[in-house]
Amino acid sequence: MNARTLLLTATAEACAPVPRRHLTGSQWAAFVTALTQDSSLELRAMWADGVSVYTIFLAPEDGTVIFASVSVELGLYQALSPARPSAVLYERMIHDLWGHTAADGLDMRPFLDHGNWTATPPLAIRPLPNLTAPEPKEFLPAEGEGLHRIPVGPVHAGIIEPGHFRFTAQGEIIVRLEARLGYLHKGTLGLMQGKSPRVAARFAARLSGDSTVAHAIAFARAAEAAAHVLPPPRAEALRCVFAEIERIANHLGDIGGIINDAAFALMQARFVWHREHLLRATETAFGHRLMMDAVVPGGVSVDLAPGGEDTIIQALDTLAAEWDALLATYDNSASLADRVVSTGTLSASLAASFAPGGFIGRASGQAADLRRVPGYGHYRDIDVEMPVLTAGDVDARVRIRMAEVVESARLLRHILPRLPEGALLERLDAVSGEGLGWAEGFRGDIWHWVRVEGGQIAAAFMADPSWRQWPLLEVAVEGNIVADFPLCNKSFNCSYSGVDL
Amino acid sequence: MAWRTMWRALRDGPATEPAPAADPLLAESLAARLHAAAQRRLGRGLAIRQVDSGSCNGCELEIHMLGSIVYDLERLGLRFVASPRHADVLLVTGPVTRNMHDALLRSWAATPDPKFVVAVGDCAIDGGVFKGSTAIIGGIDAAVPVDAFVRGCPPTPAAILEVLCTLIEANTPPPERVRRI
Ligand code: SF4
Repeated sequence: MNARTLLLTATAEACAPVPRRHLTGSQWAAFVTALTQDSSLELRAMWADGVSVYTIFLAPEDGTVIFASVSVELGLYQALSPARPSAVLYERMIHDLWGHTAADGLDMRPFLDHGNWTATPPLAIRPLPNLTAPEPKEFLPAEGEGLHRIPVGPVHAGIIEPGHFRFTAQGEIIVRLEARLGYLHKGTLGLMQGKSPRVAARFAARLSGDSTVAHAIAFARAAEAAAHVLPPPRAEALRCVFAEIERIANHLGDIGGIINDAAFALMQARFVWHREHLLRATETAFGHRLMMDAVVPGGVSVDLAPGGEDTIIQALDTLAAEWDALLATYDNSASLADRVVSTGTLSASLAASFAPGGFIGRASGQAADLRRVPGYGHYRDIDVEMPVLTAGDVDARVRIRMAEVVESARLLRHILPRLPEGALLERLDAVSGEGLGWAEGFRGDIWHWVRVEGGQIAAAFMADPSWRQWPLLEVAVEGNIVADFPLCNKSFNCSYSGVDL
Repeated sequence: MAWRTMWRALRDGPATEPAPAADPLLAESLAARLHAAAQRRLGRGLAIRQVDSGSCNGCELEIHMLGSIVYDLERLGLRFVASPRHADVLLVTGPVTRNMHDALLRSWAATPDPKFVVAVGDCAIDGGVFKGSTAIIGGIDAAVPVDAFVRGCPPTPAAILEVLCTLIEANTPPPERVRRI
């Protein structure tokens, strides 16, 4: 039986908008085996609760979202990583937070757990006091003549989140990179439990500050689905406005940062100036530079201030006026091209098997964009155009990001003058239910899940695309010189806080 | 494009804005405390090391903007340095997670005395929304002594710059002292 048919034989549990197929241990094992033969289903998220492990798959051709779960029996479930290597980090995280072990998992070393927590596993039904001292971290081996190791972090030289990078290098060529994260683990999922969706939304908005809007949208959609509530049309349209501003602002900052890592300060100055200009316009229009807590379950908490539309359009006009010149400088600077072209290449085949989503995927032949397929909210009413490149290097990621800036600006100019009138917020009753929500953040696909009981969160998960992007960064830098790592890293810009939870 | 941009900059003047005024009360109290130790050793200029001890990265986004041409903190004698060993100021964000506690203590110990610690953002003050989590130990002062706090989630670049300017004011030798040296 193929993977999809196998799922149909499993029990369907109520979850909106996608029913959850709950599998027994043996059904799951058969499903994993079937997946090894079937590359049409891309793993998009994976997490657990006290008793089950949950997975999300996306079929990119027809936009089918598959939500499947498996009971954990005696602390074990059949590992997904042999069929989908991108499951490795999720399996390590599930083991650290809930204590479920992936049988036959490719790698079961701790990831988020550094041995410092007071009780482990923190989200298990019965955590136990942690009485052992932290052990030294274990890194993957690299063997060969003349290899040396460069440990970097958790505190880095720049203004950046903490994480430990273990480089193995031969001369200045990177042979292997391993990223060890978890330093920012704040116990966010545990804090959400027992809170109303409205209160818990503040945590979704602070999972990864640069994607505060996108995560808040995905969370709100999950909570709304669980309560069977639709936000008012004006709120849906405003969410798009917030999300597209966030996308432009992040890309402007990152493009500037990448170019600065190639020591081209003039261009960085201009990109970051435009970012600041847009953030100020956003503050005028919506009262907060990053629009934190602007999206809430049921709708949005702020309306467009009088004159806000003009301020945003003006910021876009100022950017548009300089855009061609910026692009021409990027195209015509040989010293810049020398650094970014064929640096940090992610092959299309690896991208296909990991489905990283976002601009990383689009620079390596993957067209996936949740705004288009399967679509959600106001995006169902508008067309989003996205180019796809195949080179997969730093240059391709910069070019995709530039194209996204242009497209998001177009969307804003389209949506802002046509904002529907009406209410901003729909009431969420204190019901019980399970809901799934998704949104396309600037990094890619974001998935949130909530189980609400009597109006309070019983369990939740917030999945940033960085889970599948970090391992690809490790591969993309292989064979590059150590000095180009900042360029590669910035061109990916995976979230640390987003996976540290 | 480079020439045109430079020409435009000459014509229109710089994009950089005037520095915000320092808060006189805070300046005074910090000045009193650090008077003896800081002025001779540091002079007018502070090297800043940023440490993220658990933030959501929102605070980092705004700290980043301080280096942009709009705020241009280097003209004020402030600059970001790559190591705590070169720093006068630790600019710390986020609650202190259990997994970052040790690294923060080590960064603090590596910063030569006299040093300032500025806690940036609501999380850094008392844990912010993460207060009560068993995975954090609290705000920054649960780990290291803090000299100044900046409110906000995240604070605006202007608010961060204001506190940094205040530190510089506190750190400038008063005229009579200069004469004596
Ligand atoms: S204060 Fe706000 S922006 Fe800063 S780290 Fe905390 S949650 Fe993030």
